[in-house]
Amino acid sequence: MIYDPAPMAIVIFLLFVVGTVALSFYLGRRANSSEGYFAAHGQIPWFVNGVAFAGDYLSAASFLGICGMIAAYGYDGFLYSIGFLAGWIVALFVIAEPMKRLGRFTFADALDANFDSRGIKAAAGISTLVVSVFYLIPQMVGAGSLIQPLLGYPHWVGVVLVGIVVITIVVTAGMVSTTWVQFFKGSLLVVFSAILVMMVLDKGLTVDQETFEVLGPFPQSELTSESLAGRDVLAAEDGWEGKKDDQGNVIQQFVRLRSVDGIGYDVFQIERSSDDASDQVWLRQGQAITVADGSTMIDGAPKGIGEKEKQLLPVGRLSKLPDGQASTGPLGPVTYFTTLSESEVMLWGKEALSHSDGSTTTVYFQKPTEGSRVLRPGEHPKFAGIRGGEVKDRLNFLSLMLALFCGTASLPHILIRYYTVKDGAAARKSTIVGIATIGFFYVLTLYLGLGAMTSGALDLTDTNMAAPLLARSISPWLFAVISAIAFTTVLGTVSGLILASSGAVAHDLLSGVLGVKLTSDQQVRVAKIAAVVVGVIAIVLGILFKELNVGYLVGWAFSIAASANLPALVMLLFWKGTTRQGIVASVLVGMISSLGWILLSADTYKSVYGLDPNDALAPFSQPGIVTIPLAFITLIVVSKLTKPVEST
Amino acid sequence: MKTSETISPERQYNTKLGLNLFVVYLLLYLGFVLGNAFFADLMEIKVMLGLNLAIVYGFALIKMAFILSLIYGLMCKSEPASDSVEKPTPAATSEGKLDSPSGESLDSKEGEQ
Repeated sequence: MIYDPAPMAIVIFLLFVVGTVALSFYLGRRANSSEGYFAAHGQIPWFVNGVAFAGDYLSAASFLGICGMIAAYGYDGFLYSIGFLAGWIVALFVIAEPMKRLGRFTFADALDANFDSRGIKAAAGISTLVVSVFYLIPQMVGAGSLIQPLLGYPHWVGVVLVGIVVITIVVTAGMVSTTWVQFFKGSLLVVFSAILVMMVLDKGLTVDQETFEVLGPFPQSELTSESLAGRDVLAAEDGWEGKKDDQGNVIQQFVRLRSVDGIGYDVFQIERSSDDASDQVWLRQGQAITVADGSTMIDGAPKGIGEKEKQLLPVGRLSKLPDGQASTGPLGPVTYFTTLSESEVMLWGKEALSHSDGSTTTVYFQKPTEGSRVLRPGEHPKFAGIRGGEVKDRLNFLSLMLALFCGTASLPHILIRYYTVKDGAAARKSTIVGIATIGFFYVLTLYLGLGAMTSGALDLTDTNMAAPLLARSISPWLFAVISAIAFTTVLGTVSGLILASSGAVAHDLLSGVLGVKLTSDQQVRVAKIAAVVVGVIAIVLGILFKELNVGYLVGWAFSIAASANLPALVMLLFWKGTTRQGIVASVLVGMISSLGWILLSADTYKSVYGLDPNDALAPFSQPGIVTIPLAFITLIVVSKLTKPVEST
Repeated sequence: MKTSETISPERQYNTKLGLNLFVVYLLLYLGFVLGNAFFADLMEIKVMLGLNLAIVYGFALIKMAFILSLIYGLMCKSEPASDSVEKPTPAATSEGKLDSPSGESLDSKEGEQ
């Protein structure tokens, strides 16, 4: 899709960004010591901290990724919402108060509280860095996606812009300003999402069958003739022949007709009747993008908005409502679901074709889908295995849900937020406020995602944009505000993560492990330098990983966090036999095994290295179900082995 | 390892309460996840107001998280004031909490006050 930036959107957007940076400069003057920089002097009121939890946690993944996944596949994205929230239960009931009691600035502090071991500080510091970087990637990717439609810049500009603004925030102010930015952003995100959901319900559901053509029925034999429905047929050759079926017969999938206006072609998917005896076919219009080196063609014409150019049309439509209605009018929160479940939605699939000149075409085609199917789990290809798939597909699903459950309470940027409040009781109260805010938001995600699915505003090439585009389908003002909030969402989360990593470098690794003696001032200065370095790394990775859905990427960060951090933390709190060596081994084994598993998984093969996913070494994509127990076992075994040495 | 630090009865009670509530939620979550993984068709059954089990159970999990956290917040006892960066031993919160039947936690609650 091609976006034309609206001046008003830019103004609102800039106001948000300038406001955020100004706020951090203002608050930054109060944070010169390491107490202030890393932990905001422990003076943040619990309510503010609770909403800031929501701000930290409702990252680009929640807002952009989950809504995008729901918009594309339905209920499956909501599984992430449920898992993300459930993780807070672990945080509140098990981790929150001990974390506050044991630590001072960083996660490593808490793990190391009774041991004063360099090994623990090193292991925990490194795992904080790894998890933060993995969590940073999706945030940066999301930022790039947002900038594109809003300001009209390419993806990488967005990534660089976020990087620079965030580094400025972190370097100028530390935890105080990060917390207040999170508080404002968390509140705005929830309030405006609620407004958007009310507007979606008020708009109701509407059928649109005009944007894309349906031709037919034709006898199958006519597909190879020279003209169809009075239009020229382009020959099915050079990649367009079709796919081989089980018997080795080539089945033609698409047919191209010359456009009525003479520019390029219209591509149609051939829909055969399920009845073998009938040779009647229907043609359903799709969209095609051809990419050769440096040039992009849409439906056979150059991409652009000029006279002889074409662009991808926005999608996301209902093809049928119950009882043949054309429009429902306002719906309630329950009737929205019940009406949708009796309707028919157009989802989109895609198919890649290669041509002899080295270019490739991606054909997007419509898949009429019963509404009831998008309101149940299992429509996303990654989750489809839970419907009659193999055991490993089910394990993959369980593994993801386990990682989400255990991951929240092990994310370094969430854990450090426990040090900004006064005591254990304040930590508890702020977690409860966090759960309320986050839970409410996650209820909204299902409406936002389904609203986007039927809004007629989706971008086929970028599922991450579903929620902002839904806002645009309602009003350009709302689009500007929602995009600006989403952008500050990214800013906030990224600054929290960079702060956590810079703390790990300055406090854990340099002072704790290498024994460099730093004064409070120097520690802050080193942390700021570390923040710049981590920020630059995040910018580079954000540009490299731009193709992936941010919600999915976050799943990885959760897996690593849950495998590396949670077992050590839980055992430290609940098992007396835990030893120093046990903790170090558990953190390292959990981190390396989960990271290695991800790097060797089918998804990474396909999306990152561009290799055949069938060659991947890991049996399924999500490591948690193997690596979390592995880290627990490692801790117990190593602790038992080293016990005699410890009991002095 | 040092084991000198004493743990206030309030903290013991809070920890036990937290773990009990955690187990309640864990069971609910397990039911949802296992249901989805192995009985995906069950999730399509319409259970109330014309909504299917997937939506009802999903929303219920979100609501329960909030309700349980409120229960925890209201029932927790405030701990005696102490240094915020004290360093108790690992397993300071005593072992075997997961196994303790709920009756025991009631006993200890009476014992404290």
